[in-house]
Amino acid sequence: MGKLSRDEIIKLAQLARLDLTDDEIAEYSAELSEILQYVEMLQSVDVTGLLPTNQVTGLTNVTRDDVIKDYGYATTDLLKNLPDVLDDHIKVKRMIG
Amino acid sequence: MAWDSIATIARKVQAGEITALDQVTAAFKTIEDKQEFSAIIATLEDRALERAKIIDDRIAKGEAVGRLAGVPFIAKDNFLVFGAETTAASNILRGFTAPYQATAIERLEAEGAICVAKANLDAFAHGSSTENSDFMVTKNPHDVTRVPGGSSGGSAAAVMLDMAPFALGTDTGGSIRLPASYCGAVGYKPTYGLVSRSGVVAMASSTDVIGPITKTVDDSALVLDVMSGLDDMDGTTIPAEAAGYIDLNGDLVGKKIGVVKEYMAEGIAPGVRERIEAAIEQLKAAGAVVSEVSLPSLPTALAVYYILCPAEVSSNLSRYDGQRYGHSYKDAKDLTESYKKSRSTGFGKEAKRRIMIGTYVLSSGYYDAYYKKAQTVRTKLINEFNDALSQVDFLLGPTAADVAFKIGENTDDPLKMYLTDILTVAANLVGVPSINIPVGSVDGLPVGLQLMAAQRQDRALLSIAKKVEELQI
Repeated sequence: MGKLSRDEIIKLAQLARLDLTDDEIAEYSAELSEILQYVEMLQSVDVTGLLPTNQVTGLTNVTRDDVIKDYGYATTDLLKNLPDVLDDHIKVKRMIG
Repeated sequence: MAWDSIATIARKVQAGEITALDQVTAAFKTIEDKQEFSAIIATLEDRALERAKIIDDRIAKGEAVGRLAGVPFIAKDNFLVFGAETTAASNILRGFTAPYQATAIERLEAEGAICVAKANLDAFAHGSSTENSDFMVTKNPHDVTRVPGGSSGGSAAAVMLDMAPFALGTDTGGSIRLPASYCGAVGYKPTYGLVSRSGVVAMASSTDVIGPITKTVDDSALVLDVMSGLDDMDGTTIPAEAAGYIDLNGDLVGKKIGVVKEYMAEGIAPGVRERIEAAIEQLKAAGAVVSEVSLPSLPTALAVYYILCPAEVSSNLSRYDGQRYGHSYKDAKDLTESYKKSRSTGFGKEAKRRIMIGTYVLSSGYYDAYYKKAQTVRTKLINEFNDALSQVDFLLGPTAADVAFKIGENTDDPLKMYLTDILTVAANLVGVPSINIPVGSVDGLPVGLQLMAAQRQDRALLSIAKKVEELQI
């Protein structure tokens, strides 16, 4: 832990599917390092015997019947937001090079 | 114009003394007159006027419309309102038309309320000032050189500028209470799960809640009463209390209020401290039993939050891939480049920053040290809150360490900006309800008192808040 290198920032950006400029890489390297330094305080907190929190309100196994409901919304309204449509399908760039 | 209480407006509209159309028209006039504050991203004139006419017609025919008949309101622009553009103040969602509607909006409109506009926010609710909006910076109603707080800054400013009697906000780490404090409004963050998040742009799902921003506690309580309760569309919802949240009838006498020692420590501005101490004295004089309580892990809450929140943000924002909706980069040669270019050109600086932090703390080799450790310290915090709330009924402290800061003052230092949430994030991590109540001002800038209660004690919290409001501190 500590300061994040240029290579680490580039690797993270790749994982997050972000293309960063050189300026952004330099900026995030400095800023992320500072933020990570701040959260470092947690390393010294004694949590002996405690489990990580998964949820806070104590709900268990929330299920509902798997039935189709008509909410009155139209498929055409959904399709209107698509950047690229072909015969009511989502059109994307090729996946295999 | 200043608005009547929400209940009064609805009663008068239902009785035919005033019309829904006049209410909506008045809202639009104020929104237009006060454009200089940049509180509003878009108005929904056609939709609102049509709904107002339908409501007035129904009333003319003698039909009962609902408990919010003809009451205009403003939604933060991360709520999906059917047929309206929903941007979350981000370039990546610019042009996105909501194909369905948030449950909260649905329930309010079913009672006759009318959404008139969408309010500005920090893009994707990432921020404490609205300066992270990809579109514009909202100005504080009390001083245009200062921020309104964030991320629900447009909502809080709109209410204080009388654009509508109430506005909706979301609160992930303080985003309702902080702007309410900076603008002098009542801001209510309910128990986690009390209001469905279906149809609201997700930020950090383990702490996101929806709540009202209003001028009075009664108004917030009525809006909560309408919005709250189980929803099939959000599996994290919990039932509303049987007694509901209206007709509040609390009493201060004998109520045990714990002043959180860590909240009154170093770093609280002298003027804020003076107002909070004055409030404590008045509560004592009114019969409350005030003591000091300690939550020793509280100083770690912000560090926990700034691991968990970016982790959840990086996950929730992965759906913005440029393929199904929102901004899409056109000239990519393959799918991976389309993802990368769409996201890089669509997301603003803060969204990218949080995605990067979140990706880091969740990445292989760092997960245990950051994410798991933070979730375990969160357990410690929850235990301390449970202990404290077994001794006292309510916890008290300031909402913000200082009054509203100057526009631009913190923009170059993300960590300093994050620190403005230091007093509010714990309630989100623990899932307890929390409210901001205005308690006077320092040099014309509002100061807010924060009260918290145990989970599912929203009615008790609102009841005591109303009593605090009546003291006119």
